[in-house]
Amino acid sequence: MKLSARRIREFVIEKLIFLSGIASIVFVALIFIFLLREGISVLKTTSLGSFLGGKFWYPISSPAKLGILPLILGSLLVTAGAVLIAVPLGIAAAFYIAEVAPKRWRTILKSCVEVLSAIPSVVLGFLGITVLVPFLKNVLHLPTGLTAFSGSLMLAFMALPTIITISEDAINAVPREYKDGALALGATHWQTLYRVIIHGALPGIIAAAMLGIGRVFGETMAVMMVTGNAAVIPHSLFEPVRTLTATIAAEMGEAAKGSSHYFALFAVGIVLFIISFAINLTADLFLNRGRKR
Amino acid sequence: MRDFVLKAVPFVLAAFIFPACHGSTEGPQKTQTLQIKGSDTMVNLGQAWAEAFNKLHPKINVAVTGGGSGTGIAAIINGTCEIAESSRAIEEKEKLQAKAAGFELHETIVALDGIVVVVHPANSISHLTMDELRELFMGNIKRWQLLGGQDRPTVLLSREVNSGTHIFFKEHVLRRGKSKGPEEFAPRALMMPSSYAIAEETAHNENAVGYYGLGYISPRQKVLAVAKDDRSPAVAPTIDSVRANTYPISRPLYLYTRGDPTGIVKDFLEYALSPEGQKIVRDTDFVPIK
Repeated sequence: MKLSARRIREFVIEKLIFLSGIASIVFVALIFIFLLREGISVLKTTSLGSFLGGKFWYPISSPAKLGILPLILGSLLVTAGAVLIAVPLGIAAAFYIAEVAPKRWRTILKSCVEVLSAIPSVVLGFLGITVLVPFLKNVLHLPTGLTAFSGSLMLAFMALPTIITISEDAINAVPREYKDGALALGATHWQTLYRVIIHGALPGIIAAAMLGIGRVFGETMAVMMVTGNAAVIPHSLFEPVRTLTATIAAEMGEAAKGSSHYFALFAVGIVLFIISFAINLTADLFLNRGRKR
Repeated sequence: MRDFVLKAVPFVLAAFIFPACHGSTEGPQKTQTLQIKGSDTMVNLGQAWAEAFNKLHPKINVAVTGGGSGTGIAAIINGTCEIAESSRAIEEKEKLQAKAAGFELHETIVALDGIVVVVHPANSISHLTMDELRELFMGNIKRWQLLGGQDRPTVLLSREVNSGTHIFFKEHVLRRGKSKGPEEFAPRALMMPSSYAIAEETAHNENAVGYYGLGYISPRQKVLAVAKDDRSPAVAPTIDSVRANTYPISRPLYLYTRGDPTGIVKDFLEYALSPEGQKIVRDTDFVPIK
């Protein structure tokens, strides 16, 4: 009697854990199905080619022009800028924290990185619009400081904690024998770092960079506040851009349900979902490769 | 423990039932609802009126929703709301629909909306004509010296497409009053998420030109006077010039009711036009009519 009660309990707990485990898969699938159901209707008003390749975004005009090419390029440009800034800086910081810094500095730096990740993006955006945007305009002599570069700088700040923390873990996971061996063979500390440890930690570092990119790509608030949101095809980092995320955030509130504008915004969501998914998948592949080694 | 729970049940139930009894004993003065629907531009104004009105008349619930002026007028013709908010006068077609439904729409102008054009204080331009504004925001004038200003590029600041101000500026300035024209803001125009963002950028950027509601004027930006055409004098936007209809970028805001207002609808309209209601108009960045 007692045994079967225990068995039942075991069974229930097991199933509950199983449900929690697959919940995220179910949610992702449901979200994608929902996006697809709402977004696919955009093809009633525009072809796939003119949606993805159209150069003009005038969603509330009649007839509406629903070309998201400037938005896709805007998102990619801001992300690329942020990655160029954050990845080298983040990896260097991770190496310093993991391998070079004295123990006391290490704890201080680590907690500072954690604080950096705790700053809400809207606060960063607010600082961006009042401090960074006028500063960049004056220093770089731009027509306006509301540019892709301002967005990249903000996003680099947001991606840094992710990149630093995960890279640092990857560096710490490199077997100690590698380092000892390199030093015993007469390599200097620097040679050990960039010839031996970086190779051991590389998959983890790449995964860190990819996760950082994912974070940057999906960020909305700070980007919307500092990039100017002009839907033009950008030619340099120092021009205003409009991102996919900012477009959804700015327009969804007022798009009449069932209108072509509404469906187009869901379709923008699908594009965003697919790109983010690809980035995360790449990060996962690299992380797994790192573990198998 | 179980005893306690069982004993507690009646009390908990009573707590739920009691307020309901309490409510029904006040039969004669039961709560009434007033549905207001329409212009997105006016939603905040309607909401502010509704909250203040509800404090004076706690038994009247006022529900305000947006959807656009056309939606509001359609709703009042179909009878799904009592008051329609509209930022345009009703069209002939809508008058006929109302007549077919058996009543006339009663129109009340409750406030005015003035849109000001602002630049950085260092900009030497002080007035523009409507045509110049149109060319400027459509992106055909790319440098300030073409308008007689300094040798600088122009940076256009617009509100997002979800803003009533964006739509009004597009229809009134770019499309010269025709709501279905082909004109659009230049693609390079920056879409700003708020009037605050436009104010901030024009205060810091001597290339910028933007627009927002009259209530947002501050000494950190320079407000341009606007002329209807080259023969008319340029008029600075003030409460007086908007009210006298001499400032060109302004419009009346309407409330429509079914026939002559009666009962709580009449109370609400009277409140909107009262000194208190008109103070709310000013607080929500519109121009009071009195």
